Amino acid sequence: MATTEEIRADLAEIVNEVAGVDADDVQLDKAFVEDLDVDSLSMVEVVVACEEKFGVSIPDDEVKNLKTVGDAVAFIERAQG
Amino acid sequence: MPAKRVVITGLGTTSPLGGDVASTWEAMIKGQSGVRHLTDDWAEEMPVKIAARVAVEPTEIIERVKARRLDRTSQFAVVAATEAWRDAGLEDADLDKDRLGVAIASGIGGVTTLLDNYDALRDKGPRRVSPLAVPMLMPNAPAANVSLLFGARAAANTPVSACASGNEGISLALDQIRWGRADIILAGGTEAAIHPLPMAAFANMMALSKNPGDPATVSRPWDTARDGFVLGEGAGVLVLESEEHAKARGARIYAEVLGAGITADAHDIAQPDPAGRGGSRAILRALAEAELDPKDIVHINAHATSTPQGDIAEGLMIHATLGSHADSVVVTSTKSMTGHLLGGAGALESIATVLALYHRLSPPTINLDNLDPQVELDIPREARELPGGQVAALNNSFGFGGANVAVAFGSV
Repeated sequence: MATTEEIRADLAEIVNEVAGVDADDVQLDKAFVEDLDVDSLSMVEVVVACEEKFGVSIPDDEVKNLKTVGDAVAFIERAQG
Repeated sequence: MPAKRVVITGLGTTSPLGGDVASTWEAMIKGQSGVRHLTDDWAEEMPVKIAARVAVEPTEIIERVKARRLDRTSQFAVVAATEAWRDAGLEDADLDKDRLGVAIASGIGGVTTLLDNYDALRDKGPRRVSPLAVPMLMPNAPAANVSLLFGARAAANTPVSACASGNEGISLALDQIRWGRADIILAGGTEAAIHPLPMAAFANMMALSKNPGDPATVSRPWDTARDGFVLGEGAGVLVLESEEHAKARGARIYAEVLGAGITADAHDIAQPDPAGRGGSRAILRALAEAELDPKDIVHINAHATSTPQGDIAEGLMIHATLGSHADSVVVTSTKSMTGHLLGGAGALESIATVLALYHRLSPPTINLDNLDPQVELDIPREARELPGGQVAALNNSFGFGGANVAVAFGSV
């Protein structure tokens, strides 16, 4: 089972790849839109890459609830559990 | 309203001969070829394994995250437009962006993005199709991306007429400025179709050369051993500007755009009219619009792609339109070096035509060992000096669908 930190680090790599955000800035308390400047289409790419990376399904309805990196990591942990 | 005079104040390219105008022109004058063996894995099973890829990958210039949101056609256009913008001295100019426009053509559009996403759809399902696929693959994406880059708000147009597209972009920009709809337009064309599907399609229609020899010798316009074109890629962008606007800001002027002629063959969807009648009418229209006599023309950058029929037809056109003066015109095909950039061809070749007038030097046609006896043209095998004084030149482009566009440029 991946730890919270392992998931965060993998997610940070994806956000860096898609949106060019420095991976070190992708911390649990950061909001994707307000803090990291990830736009809506990039967010779709991040979600799809997460589904592939973590072997989970993230329904479109759920994406709007993933405001922060912590929200996304928590969702992935629950989905994997 | 009287028509405004239109001039060229900036040039930019990324081509098989170089990552910018200076390196491309230098290679052209030296008669170097940009045609190479393809190193892509997919090339192994292709009937044609050569092409003229750009000399400098755009991802070496465009920042990674920006580049991944741009189809290769847009990447080329952004690189070429950025060079043209700087070359024209527009970086620090105080411009009314409502009067700054873009007219960047493409023959095929974002075919690599389309097909890569189809691969993802087929192999991994609809969820894996990029949300950016449509804004990346649409044919007007290069024009739109250049418009975004410089804040150009007069227009962002994309003429599509296969291999005549680049010239049609310049022709459209000429009209826009001439009739006062814009002061400056970044005009040209881009293409990035070196992908197995378009290559297989062109090969199957017998359009591509299957010559197995040294790649550098395969594109051989007007030579008796020519057997088809070599696919190239890249973009060319020219800054067209009203003469009054250019003079007011003290810009360097390379040449004047005197006129353009656009016609359609209405003959066949792919084959050119064997007598070149549609092309002849385009040349005559360009001359009439430019108020030129045949004797004013000293140079032609021909479309001549190295196909058996098309090269002969263009020779006939030049004689039909220029009469006995045709023998005194230096006619070249830079495709002998660059391959055929499809929708980018007219733009890159307009840059070559403008520079030929500016430097009074025609680039050579390489690989012309035995001139086809059905072609009677003065074709330089090495760079040739052009006459001084007030002279003019033509750039011809013809495309599938029977599209013909000739553009007339004048020296300054």
